[in-house]
Amino acid sequence: MSAAPQELDLVDYDEAVAQFDPVLGLEVHVELSTVTKMFSGAPTEFGAAPNTQVDPVSLGLPGALPVLNAKALESAVRIGLALNCRIADRCRFARKNYFYPDMPKNFQTSQYDEPIAFDGHLDVEVPASEDGTKPAFTYRVEIERAHMEEDTGKSLHVGGSTGRIHGAEYSLVDYNRAGIPLIEIVTKPLTGTGDRAPDVARAYVATLRDLLRALDVSDVKMEQGSLRCDVNLSLRPSPEAPLGTRSETKNVNSLRSVERAVRYEVRRHAALLRAGERVVQETRHWHEDTGLTTSGREKSDAEDYRYFPEPDLVPVEPDPAWVEQLRATLPEPPAQRRRRLQGEWGFSDAEMRDVGNAGAVDLVEATVAAGAPAAAARKWWTGELARRANADGTDLASLPVTPEQVAQLQSLVDAGTLTDRLAREALEGVLAGEGSPAEVVESRGLAVVSDESALVAAVDAAIAANPGVVEKIRGGKAQAAGALIGAVMKEMRGKADAARVRELVVERVGA
Amino acid sequence: MSVAELVRWDAARLSEALRARVVSSEEVVRAHLDRIAAVDPAEGGGVNAFLHVAADSALARAREVDADRARGAELGPLAGVPVGVKDVLTTRGMPTTCGSRMLEGWVPPYDATVVRELHAAGLVVLGKTNMDEFAMGSTTEHSAFGPTRNPWDPTRIPGGSGGGSAAALAAFEAPLTIGSDTGGSIRQPAAVTGTVGVKPTYGGVSRYGLVALASSLDQAGPCARTVLDTALLHAVIAGHDPYDSTSIPEAVPDVVGAARRGADGDLTGVRVGVVTELSGEGYEPGVLARFGEALEELRAAGAEVVELSLPNLVHALAAYYLILPSEASSNLAKYDGMRYGLRVTPEGSGVTAEQVMRATRAAGFGDEAKRRIILGTYALSAGYYDAYYGSAQKVRTLVQRDFAAAFGQVDVLVSPTAPTVAYRLGEKLDDPLAMYAGDVATIPANLAGIPGMSLPAGLSDGLPVGLQLLAPQQADDRLYRVGAAVEARLVQRWGAPLLEQVPEWKGVPA
Repeated sequence: MSAAPQELDLVDYDEAVAQFDPVLGLEVHVELSTVTKMFSGAPTEFGAAPNTQVDPVSLGLPGALPVLNAKALESAVRIGLALNCRIADRCRFARKNYFYPDMPKNFQTSQYDEPIAFDGHLDVEVPASEDGTKPAFTYRVEIERAHMEEDTGKSLHVGGSTGRIHGAEYSLVDYNRAGIPLIEIVTKPLTGTGDRAPDVARAYVATLRDLLRALDVSDVKMEQGSLRCDVNLSLRPSPEAPLGTRSETKNVNSLRSVERAVRYEVRRHAALLRAGERVVQETRHWHEDTGLTTSGREKSDAEDYRYFPEPDLVPVEPDPAWVEQLRATLPEPPAQRRRRLQGEWGFSDAEMRDVGNAGAVDLVEATVAAGAPAAAARKWWTGELARRANADGTDLASLPVTPEQVAQLQSLVDAGTLTDRLAREALEGVLAGEGSPAEVVESRGLAVVSDESALVAAVDAAIAANPGVVEKIRGGKAQAAGALIGAVMKEMRGKADAARVRELVVERVGA
Repeated sequence: MSVAELVRWDAARLSEALRARVVSSEEVVRAHLDRIAAVDPAEGGGVNAFLHVAADSALARAREVDADRARGAELGPLAGVPVGVKDVLTTRGMPTTCGSRMLEGWVPPYDATVVRELHAAGLVVLGKTNMDEFAMGSTTEHSAFGPTRNPWDPTRIPGGSGGGSAAALAAFEAPLTIGSDTGGSIRQPAAVTGTVGVKPTYGGVSRYGLVALASSLDQAGPCARTVLDTALLHAVIAGHDPYDSTSIPEAVPDVVGAARRGADGDLTGVRVGVVTELSGEGYEPGVLARFGEALEELRAAGAEVVELSLPNLVHALAAYYLILPSEASSNLAKYDGMRYGLRVTPEGSGVTAEQVMRATRAAGFGDEAKRRIILGTYALSAGYYDAYYGSAQKVRTLVQRDFAAAFGQVDVLVSPTAPTVAYRLGEKLDDPLAMYAGDVATIPANLAGIPGMSLPAGLSDGLPVGLQLLAPQQADDRLYRVGAAVEARLVQRWGAPLLEQVPEWKGVPA
């Protein structure tokens, strides 16, 4: 395996898509947020100590047998319905046989030719390009299938420089993830995207993520691996030509990386094809840091998973009446909801996109529901709080502040109790766990001073201390009042309403 | 009553004596442990029916049950009765090897559901019985821990894969044992040791903790010396288990009631079908003679006996030996040295996990296991799947249809359990096809998921012959009614139970 990418003069992206027609295929693995595993009662807590979320079934101990998690089946059906799929009347699990240390049974219980859901579609709104040269449009992603399977454990390769198995001194295996329910969602080949292939890929994954979040079936945290994307890409000389050889780039785990990986693979494939070389059908690794893909293992015909129906599980036969009940519980589709909320909130397209990109739609909605004006809610979540989340390396939803607290903070600003600066300080306190905004204002003594006599005294003191400035004001230089206001604000440690101070200065100077 | 005499009592008699407090469970268990110590150890030329004897825990459990009884606690009919468990069922705190080097020393952290049921019913587990490696074989010679000997003749096989469970009964080391039957591993050993064994309806007894050979064929079941004892044990271990998806949710038929009812020897109105394809050519004359006598007794009991053809049974053996290895190749993949059991690390530096797996599997599996893993891997491979695994599944469907049609005409089907009596150890070791052919009569029940029983039909040249009964799915009670009737009449014919004739164990001749 070549760990270092071989030297390859990539073709300029615009040239590549001018010469070739890209075809995408996306495989997304979604970890369901069930309390127990796909086929046993073992718990599924993320980040627990290694090999503590296990039982005889998820360790594949001799004699252990799987039993399908009813909640996982329900989630699978709801995902299928939300993707406009047909739900199978009857389907079976299959064993995918291959040896790997992180697979407890050396076969993965999956679905093969009988997926629970198939033949669906998802309409994706692809935004206009940043520079505005390429317009927004809607693209229909055809869904081939969504099927149920179990996750594998995780290998940790210790020693060696790459963190990969080659060169490692030894390997450890954590089976906590083994048996976590997964839904694999596979698209049909996506054609006709032209130069917008990277944008379509990104928009699809983002839309899917929002849909899954709305369905409340998964944490959809790409950075934690609860949503994982494999990007298939091939190029062909023209839209009429047969599909070219594809590469499969594994584990592309952020929206930005999805876009970058597609872009990179387009350029790499184009370079190979232009040089008259063959594109190898293989899996490739994505490197977030360098923005490159490198060759993984070559997929050959010799890879034979010897699929056969899983004899330890009975066929799944969803009751049609139950499926219809689940259909009735589906949430509003994210794109439709976003349009509705944009209208209700009066946001521009750009503002709405910012909220969406920040993953703040739910948070803004909850903040508005708690009484804040929409514009203010947007400003908090895409401004100060987004900066804070970014600095802490976390996401908005994980910040220790609730939409209700943000709404309370804004109401204190609107009531004149806090200035913007004081409000940011109060937020600091909330994030530091000092309590609600009102409690922080109380404990830190942040409220704007509304005691008129104290303000008047401070203004008079400033006038007495700055006779030169007073002369200038009286002489008609109104802007000189700034010096007095500054002195008063300093005296009041910022906790005064600057507009009221200005009024008082003008009044007391008697200009 | 001498204490040594206790080991010859059947479970029903022990149950009564325990309930009447004529004997204590501790006395009964101790008697069996003494018997095992006397006749079983392989190094002393013994039967080698047990791979592990749990003397301390058995005596402790027996004392608990005695204490419960003294307190007046409500106890099941088999409380305090000892039982041996085939080493293919997981037992917490007790080694479970499946007769393989691969699992030598492995102590499971959990009990199989069957074992939990035994504990809950107050039975006392004596230990784990010998078997062909991962239940692959018909002789128990494929155990990594040495063959089990047939108590009727120590130079002969006790059948397999559950030779340990059957020999333990015939050698009076345990009154009850648990077996597992994938293609005859309960019934064929019962036949060649003169004991009773039942493969219940597929799904009738939980497979949770039954280490898988072929998941769609495996079924744990009861083994004993009488039909009634077998029914009593069947009632303890059968029933729905939420930990096994393939477990049947419906109630278990009243097998004990059926066995008691059948003991009157009257089968008036019962229709019995003789399977044309499961007798005649390939069956020893002595086997056919005993089978003929059993049919006479059935007629004498008032049953209507007719001959029936199940034409697709001629393909059953071939289909079975594709389905079984296919599933086994996948089920046995987990034994790779990564998590438990044997690990063999090749010499040298930079050894990879893949090399460890390869070395472990090369060293840990015996020839028969390897043979079937290779066969199954081949049968499931792309390009061969349809021709082998796919075709075999079609045959399976045809066999099921044949049985459905037959049971439209008769209540039970009968045949000899095995075409021959016990052959000599080593006789078929180099000829696996000859060994496989011995399963011809038992395999169809596993393919169809129907219940089957083997019970003693007499001796041929001093060696036991088995009578097989087959019933429709979830009609296990029919086996017990008809089996108990035939047993009662044959015992009358012989003047005593067949096992009265088993010679006293004198050890393996030098």
